This record gives sequence, structure tokens and C-alpha cells, in this order.
Amino acid sequence: MSSDKTPIIKMQNIEKHFGSVIALAGVSVDVFPGECHCLLGDNGAGKSTFIKTMSGVHKPTHGEILFEGKEMHFADPRDAISAGIATVHQHLAMIPLMSVSRNFFMGNEPVKSVGPLKLFDHDHANTVTMDEMRKMGINLRGPDQAVGTLSGGERQTVAIARAVYFGAKVLILDEPTSALGVRQTANVLATIDKVRKQGIAVVFITHNVRHAMAVGDRFTVLNRGKTLGTAQRGEITPEELQDLMAGGQELVQLEGSLGGTV
Amino acid sequence: MSEAAQSTPVADERIKEISALRKALIRPELGGIVGTIAVFTFFLLFAFDSGMFSAQGAMNWSVVSAQFMIIAVGACLLMIAGEFDLSVGSMIGFAGMMIAIFAVTLGWPVWMAIIVTFVLCTAIGAVNGFIVIRTGLPSFIVTLAFLFILRGFTIFLPQVIERKTIIGGIKDVAEGDWLAPIFGGKILGGLFQWMGDAGLIATFTRGSRQGQPVVDGIPMLIIWAIVLIIFGHILLTKTKFGNWIFAAGGDAEAARNSGVPVNKVKVLMFMFTAFCATVFAVCQVMEFGSAGADRGLLKEFEAIIAVVIGGALLTGGYGSVLGAALGALIFGVVQQGLFFAGVESSLFRVFLGIILLGAVILNTYIRRIITGER
Repeated sequence: MSSDKTPIIKMQNIEKHFGSVIALAGVSVDVFPGECHCLLGDNGAGKSTFIKTMSGVHKPTHGEILFEGKEMHFADPRDAISAGIATVHQHLAMIPLMSVSRNFFMGNEPVKSVGPLKLFDHDHANTVTMDEMRKMGINLRGPDQAVGTLSGGERQTVAIARAVYFGAKVLILDEPTSALGVRQTANVLATIDKVRKQGIAVVFITHNVRHAMAVGDRFTVLNRGKTLGTAQRGEITPEELQDLMAGGQELVQLEGSLGGTV
Repeated sequence: MSEAAQSTPVADERIKEISALRKALIRPELGGIVGTIAVFTFFLLFAFDSGMFSAQGAMNWSVVSAQFMIIAVGACLLMIAGEFDLSVGSMIGFAGMMIAIFAVTLGWPVWMAIIVTFVLCTAIGAVNGFIVIRTGLPSFIVTLAFLFILRGFTIFLPQVIERKTIIGGIKDVAEGDWLAPIFGGKILGGLFQWMGDAGLIATFTRGSRQGQPVVDGIPMLIIWAIVLIIFGHILLTKTKFGNWIFAAGGDAEAARNSGVPVNKVKVLMFMFTAFCATVFAVCQVMEFGSAGADRGLLKEFEAIIAVVIGGALLTGGYGSVLGAALGALIFGVVQQGLFFAGVESSLFRVFLGIILLGAVILNTYIRRIITGER
């Protein structure tokens, strides 16, 4: 990323303690608009705590969050959402029994006035849903098709399209590909690429190095609550990332390739 | 990915176009529609001469069906929102008893007794909801507790106050009241008188009511049922709030993540269910002129059965008010129809059990179609 751009979100020295457990011990990450920033780490590395801090679920014990250059204190996830930070969870995003269109507008229903009544504008919702899905490359049978009939990858794509449509500036994807097959993973990665090209900052959490390498612009590895630095695309090989995630046994050798960012 | 590939996604060749029949199958009302046609066909064939389809007979099963409909609308919306209310029957008894105590024992004006009872009962509904929300306990258990608590009070209070379990005399105190006729009155009396005079419907041939039609108007109970069904249907399918009801019952956590006020939706639905039970109670008290401690027994299960026949899933997130209304209609027609057909009334319960089982199995199958599971 060129230095003339300012990061849309900058997390500085974030520490998070849960009682006597130190989940995050000073993590700094910045994300630029239009980039896909991959956050890698093994289980228990602190990825979830970190993104929950970013999305307003947790308050950091120490450290500061700068959003669009200003210091932010999110009281709860609603604050973060209205500021433009959207999180797409691996599960818990879609309701299988409801139609795609009802899911798409869940919590943001368009309303039209009919006499004294304010009714759910189904026509508008259906048109927008079909349009947005087509843009993302999903061919729906109709807007009333239940989300339950979609594949896991398509559900992720609907959730991403929804977040983008409702004005997300930062999109946090929590392991969107971990439960998917090869073809579906490719679709989700293609979706991430499209979203990035619209100028949205994507934070892509994964522990799969190959998925990260496929779309990532920069890579940050978390290990035991600390970051070992951020690497640019092309500066690091998948093997090196893998080793970092595993605990950084070959750290000395890697310091050079991380470009002094450690 | 190229621009062309983005704009024209290829249809997945493995997804077959679904047939119109399958499309119709996933409408929640389907079971109710088929059941209604089956039930009417059956009774038209086997009980046509029994008087079931005369004006008087039709009014008989219409009133019974309307009673079921009133509580089914509330139970339906609550079930779609993912919760149960087993205290509906006890609430009916309790609400009726409170009106009788307020209006007869305490001598309050009837309109005031009715309004205070509505406020009290919807507040109890809210308490039900708050306990469910705060504790995270299954609503099945919480409302089971209220089933006993409310029934207990309904038996205890009149015994302490009046030394009996039935309080009568409500017709006398309701005379001239402005609110009572909205629950206990009848409308379109003139139309029925005209139909009687014109010979379209039967009239009394002797006694003090000679010349009057056997059906002298549409009871407000039926009007309440229709109004509640229309209200419930529009709320559920045509409003933003309706989307929240589906979402709250479909997956509360996912709904919360999307900013749906799930707790508020659930508490309001508990209140609405209590409201419907109170409407039932007031209509019944005004019709009978008395309140009894045993009123509304087992009504909670009858409401739930009507809702399930109407296509709602017990697990929430799916269902239809129109379906629930048809379920209530089937319920009422069969219950009264067996009586007209001269069938032993205990067989009604056998029928009920069978139809309930059939409906639940059908619903499970339909759910698999919707979610694409095999």
C-alpha cells in the first residue's frame, strides 16, 4: 500500500485481558480502503478476540482504535455497524427458513406508506436482492427462494453482498471459507476480490494460508496474542506464513523477508 | 474474474426447475386449505341432512371456530416468533373471573372492568415474556408455571370472595354499558330479520320469539376473529415487524446480529397472545353472563393444534396466520359436525390426535423441501 493513503482503521497496541488471561498483548494492525488484509493465526492465537475488539464487541484493555483518523470508542456492535464496520460470521448470518430477500433486508426493511400503514416494500426488496445477487454472480430462482436451499458459499456471498449494500466501509470476514468445499471457496474468494475493488477494506480472517495468498494484499500473523508483523504480498512465501503461524521457529531467517516490519 | 462472467452467471445445471406443485407445497397454508376442503366435503356428504348447514347449524360451528381462531392468531404469531404460551387456557379463565370480580363483586362499571382486565392480562403476558427472555429458559416451562399460577388464582379468588366458583349476574350489570356490546353484542340484526321475513332462513314458529329469525345477527365474537386474523396476517406478511417475527423465531442469534430487536419482538408477542386470550374471555363472559373457574381448560393445546394444522413449525420461524385460521375452522367444524352427524363425541379426540400427528409429519416434510435438506 502506498504511504499517501491513510488507513481507514488503525488499531494501535491493542491489549485485551480477560481476568488473568492476556488474550492480546499489544497488537497493531492498520487496514487501508480497497485492500484485503489477511489476519492469520492458529487456533487460540487471538484472532477472534482481535476482530471482536475491532467490531465493538469487546473494549480493549489498553491501546487505541482510530477509525478514519479519529479515535473511536464503540459502546456496542451497533455503534461499529453504524460507523460502517460490518462483520460476516461464518455461521449465524442467515436464517435458512426465510427467503433470500427477507434475509437480505433483515433489520433494514424498506418501508412504503399505504394510507396510514407503513408496509414492508416487498417489490423494492425483491428487485434489489435480485440485482445485488446477480452482481455477485449468484443466479437465484427468485427472491422468495429460501436461504436454506443455498450452498454455504452462496450464503456467505449473500451476507457479504448485504453488508456492502448497507454501506460497509470495513468488512470483517470471520473464517468465511473454513467450512466450504473447493468450488464454493473459490466463489467466496472471487466475491472478496469484487468487494475490494469497490474500495472497501476487507479484513479476512483465516488459518488457511492458500486462501489468504489467493486474495490477500497484506498479511498479519497473530501468535499467542502478539503479532509478528505485517508482510506485503510478494514479500513472503506460503511456507514462511505457515511457519509463522506454527510458532515462528524460523523467525531469524524470516526477519529479512518481512522487510523490517517486525 | 472478467466483467462478462460477472454479469451473466450460468444457471446451475444440477438445480432442476421446481414444479408448480412443489412451489404450492411450501406455502404454509396448504395443509389448512386441503384439510378445510376435505372436512367440508366429508360433512356435506355425510351430514348434509342433519341441520349442520342450516342457518342455525352454520352459526353454531362458525361461533366455535371463531373462538378457536381468536386464540390461534395469538398462538400462531408467538410460535413463529419461536415461543409457546401454555398459559392461554388459564388466562381465559383468569381474565373472565377478573371481569366478574371487578364488575359484579366490586361493582365497577363494566367498561372499566374490561379495560382493567385487558391491561392486567397483557401485563401478565409481558411478565411471561420477560422471564423467558431474561432467564433463557424454554417458554414451555415458564408458561407451564403460569398455567398453574393463573388457574390457581381463578379458583381461589371467587371462593374467598363469593364462596363459589362461578360468578354470575354479569348480563344485568352490563345492561346499557357502552363497551360490553363490542364483545357480547350482535350485528346485522336487521339483515337477518329481513332474511327471516323473506323466508331465506328459518324463523321461530311459536313462543315469545315467534316470527323472529332463528339466527338474529352475527356475534361480535366472529367479528373479533375476522379482525384479529386480518390484523395478524398483515402484520406478519406485509410489515417490517413481521419480518422481525420470522427472524426472531428462525434464528434469534442471527437476527440479533442483523440488528433485529429480538427480545422486544418476543415480549410483544407474549403480550399479544395474552390479549387474544382476554378477547376470548370477555366475549365468553358477555355471552354466558357468568365467569367460571374452569373456563378455558385445555384451550392452550387446542390453539397450538390449530396453529400446527395451519402449517406452522413447532420450532418457530415459519407459519401463517391464514393457515392457523383454517386450522381453527377445521377444528370447529369437525367438533360440531361430529355432534350433528350423531357420532360419539369422544371420537373427536381420536380424530384430533390423528390430524395433529399427520400435520406435524407433513410440516416436517415441507420444512425439508424449503431448506433443501434430504
